[in-house]
Amino acid sequence: MKNTPFAEIHKGLGARMVPFAGYLMPVEYSGIIDEHVNVRENMGVFDVSHMGEIWVKGPKALDYIQYITSNDASVLTIGKVQYSCFPNGKGGIVDDLLVYKIDDEIYLLVVNAANLEKDWNWLVEQSKDFGLIVDKELINASEEIAQLAIQGPKALEAMQKLTSEKVTGMEFYSFRVIEFAGIKDVIFSITGYTGAGGCEIYIQNNDAGKMWNAVFEAGEEFGVKPAGLGTRDTLRLEMGYCLYGNDINDNTSPIEAGLGWITKFNENKNFIDKEYLLRQKMEGVSKRLKGFVMIDRGIPRQHYEVVNTNGEIIGEVTSGTMSPMMKKGIGMAYLNKGYWNEGTEIFIRIRNKILKAEVVKFPIFKG
Amino acid sequence: MNVPENLKYTKDHEWLRLEGDEAYIGITDYAQGELGDVVFVEIETESEVLDKEEVFGTIEAVKTVSDLMIPVSGEVLEVNPLLEDTPEIINKDPYGEGWLIKIKVQDSSEIDTLLDHSQYQKMIEA
Repeated sequence: MKNTPFAEIHKGLGARMVPFAGYLMPVEYSGIIDEHVNVRENMGVFDVSHMGEIWVKGPKALDYIQYITSNDASVLTIGKVQYSCFPNGKGGIVDDLLVYKIDDEIYLLVVNAANLEKDWNWLVEQSKDFGLIVDKELINASEEIAQLAIQGPKALEAMQKLTSEKVTGMEFYSFRVIEFAGIKDVIFSITGYTGAGGCEIYIQNNDAGKMWNAVFEAGEEFGVKPAGLGTRDTLRLEMGYCLYGNDINDNTSPIEAGLGWITKFNENKNFIDKEYLLRQKMEGVSKRLKGFVMIDRGIPRQHYEVVNTNGEIIGEVTSGTMSPMMKKGIGMAYLNKGYWNEGTEIFIRIRNKILKAEVVKFPIFKG
Repeated sequence: MNVPENLKYTKDHEWLRLEGDEAYIGITDYAQGELGDVVFVEIETESEVLDKEEVFGTIEAVKTVSDLMIPVSGEVLEVNPLLEDTPEIINKDPYGEGWLIKIKVQDSSEIDTLLDHSQYQKMIEA
């Protein structure tokens, strides 16, 4: 089992640690609900050092990224981030990721920890046609890079204290490489998986302890608290953000998953599964990923059946929880055609009961 | 970890407090800590007679669902009315206000098969 460079700090804080993607990770500290509400109202800090970081460099970098990802990376300018996915050549998704344009011939791909090995093998395989030199132009830097997600409405104001660069007011999905908390070359990114605002920062492992302390000192007056993976999941689910392995996987297409907005069929862009996905987009799909809110009392969970008024199966829950903000059961589900429109009444089979729910637009929690 | 001396325990982390031929049942402090924030309790077995270790309800934390098993055979006389709107009392006061059900014990000899506090303490420390 691997540790992130913050492992001792988590243990000292009394975090409950669980194995996740080969790492021992903090799942909760003060409690999922308390941490969740604190991120929505103040700010929370997540250790997300388990995430995978892969550099793509050299003159072929953009062509390669254009081919392996669904979004149009050619529109990225230096300092911009893009959400994207790797189509798998069979209509499914290898992983979802962020693409950072650091320089004209330098990109950083940030991928899910649980998929890192699969992604890396896939990326190496696909790089052959582009002649990328592995470990020189395609580099897995996951082991050396630590990452903190500092999320919440007060996060940027607090983090402004740690740098002379102006970070409040930075655009969503932009980043800068700055000196931060006395540490050089920090990637300061206005991204996150909570919908609460804030930033994510990437640093070298060696600087981890110093960074943690600086962030908590700066955040103290803003009510900063550590937040675990449990809260990360409930926060992302309130927003309807996909979690790989739950809501998207090797068998779900980006079109079905509602990721058409990151699947670009531009003329100048050829990519894996382009024709297949374009056909899906034109002809329509038979199921779609949608959010729902329970009307009856009950908590939906992954793999629960969705049924119609006649009791016929019309879908499957992919993620579910009790929303700490709404105090209701919420979830995401693939729903068959005819049942995915906003406002449609659906039923979730929870143990021996059939409980009413309503299809809603994302985000599920409207704030 | 709080393990009161006057209670009986099960391997499934439930406690039982005997009062005459009736008993209160709940989950232990250890169990609530492992579960995390309890957000939903569903017990629909009131007035049913259940056999030892039969499921009498479910308890849901933010991330998990667990069955609740009756420690000894008996009739479910009462379900804690506070659970419907304030399930978090199980986290706050697992041995007091956070009790789950009150039962009429059918066979008092079954009580002797339960763990005492030192046995339970040993089990959770192992």
